Amino acid sequence: MTHPLATEQLHVVTVSVNGVRRTATVPARRLLSDFLRHDLALTGTHVGCEHGVCGACTVLVDGAPMRSCLMFAVQAQAHEVTTVEGLGTIEAMGPVQQAFTECHGLQCGFCTPGFVTTITAYLEESPDPSADEAREAISGNLCRCTGYQNIVKSVLRAAELRRDRLAAGWERSNCAVVNEGGAGEPS
Amino acid sequence: MKPAPFVHHAPTSVAEAVEVLRSVGHDAKVLAGGQSLIPILSMRLASPGHLVDINAVAGLDTVQVSEDGVRVGALVRHAQLARDEAAYAALPLLRQALVHVAHPAIRNRGTAVGSIAHADAAGELPAVLTLTAGVVEAVGPAGVRDIPAGEFFVGPLETALADDELAVAVRFGRFPAGTRTGFAELARRSGDYALAGVAVAITLQDKAVRSATASFVSVTDVPDVLDLTTAVGPDPAAPDLDAVADAVRAHVTPDGDIHATADYRRMLVAELTRRLVTEVLSR
Ligand SMILES: Cc1cc2nc3c(=O)[nH]c(=O)nc-3n(C[C@H](O)[C@H](O)[C@H](O)COP(=O)(O)OP(=O)(O)OC[C@H]3O[C@@H](n4cnc5c(N)ncnc54)[C@H](O)[C@@H]3O)c2cc1C
Ligand code: FES
Ligand code: FES
Repeated sequence: MTHPLATEQLHVVTVSVNGVRRTATVPARRLLSDFLRHDLALTGTHVGCEHGVCGACTVLVDGAPMRSCLMFAVQAQAHEVTTVEGLGTIEAMGPVQQAFTECHGLQCGFCTPGFVTTITAYLEESPDPSADEAREAISGNLCRCTGYQNIVKSVLRAAELRRDRLAAGWERSNCAVVNEGGAGEPS
Repeated sequence: MKPAPFVHHAPTSVAEAVEVLRSVGHDAKVLAGGQSLIPILSMRLASPGHLVDINAVAGLDTVQVSEDGVRVGALVRHAQLARDEAAYAALPLLRQALVHVAHPAIRNRGTAVGSIAHADAAGELPAVLTLTAGVVEAVGPAGVRDIPAGEFFVGPLETALADDELAVAVRFGRFPAGTRTGFAELARRSGDYALAGVAVAITLQDKAVRSATASFVSVTDVPDVLDLTTAVGPDPAAPDLDAVADAVRAHVTPDGDIHATADYRRMLVAELTRRLVTEVLSR
């Protein structure tokens, strides 16, 4: 009998990631998280539990946070995926990234990509959260070392930075551009 | 771990999906939001040879409100249903329950119909479908059939759907005018599956309690309806909370696990129901 892996069907999968169309040939069972990390070498997206609980793998799909470990890459075709790499660079950090560095919102950084994507999308809907709302917004993400106090502070600081930047006419974060149907390049 | 190899089918119509299920249904799973199925595949608790991915099927993503109920298509995500203002106006219990389903990121992808098809005793929506005397609309090779909630849930994770049937929608029922509803649960962390939960509907007429019913999460094998009308009593200002708690304790059949003992869950759900009845009547 042939081994099932020998006959496993491969799919040419093209996904728009951070505004760039990326293609790889993968089996249907390739999780979106592994597609990003292994096939596209975008290792910013982290994988903790691989069953939806920890939130480390959270990416934005058409602007909405989703677990990349609970989607197959074949399902992401025709969708716009934003990873932490798409939310800023070391030279030009997004407001959430900036807030995490200012407020000591990370220690080892393993959980951070999932927090940054989750919070970025959250602030689009709720630009001025209270501390309690911030806590609720991050309740689906686990951090095992920093502690949540500083992460809550980071959410509030990110909201502030984001409002300041918008008021000052700064570019909006990449995901905001995607939300508005743009090409994914910051305006 | 990773899922075992499978053949991915991406039908674009209900007819096509049912045709695939007819030919491979015995070795297939329907893939909706994947928020319960993909963990099961990754943990290799199941390894079907085929996945029938319905995410590209047209016409399944609408919420329709009518006199009789709220019809929710198989691709309506939890988050979409929770946001729907017409559905909230017709049946506030939907949003009251949906905010307890998992975390926002899971609600963005998971479907309401999927959580009913999954039939987890710890799921909120099976209890809501049951309390509203709702119906599952199933399509199979033999055509369409309506399955009432009372017949749909056969056991934990077990439903009356056949291998080759697709649930295309569920219809939640509506309560008569004068009905107030509420939902309460306790989970260790916000968004986790509840240790115990309860949905309540109380109908008032001429300032008297005409009907009071409840259904439960995590403390019954399959969701069912407990009639609390007699226990609550006629006076909305003075419900008999001890009678309510007794009736709940006698009705539920919780199991113990690492999260909580059976006794604790029984005590907890009785207390949750007391508080919820009080809250609903004092609005
Ligand atoms: C971390 C985490 C926490 C969660 N917490 C909760 C919670 O507190 N409460 C809760 O209720 N749920 C919770 N869930 C589960 C979530 O609600 C899922 O969305 C839901 O259980 C299944 O919906 P789905 O669309 O993702 O279905 P899938 O995962 O795609 O499918 C689930 C099952 O139903 C079948 N199925 C799905 N749709 C159909 C259909 N249309 N016709 C026939 N069969 C179908 C599938 O074949 C499969 O067997 C949680 C999930 C995670 C990962
Ligand atoms: S790795 Fe996806 S939620 Fe933990
Ligand atoms: S920073 Fe280490 S797990 Fe969160």
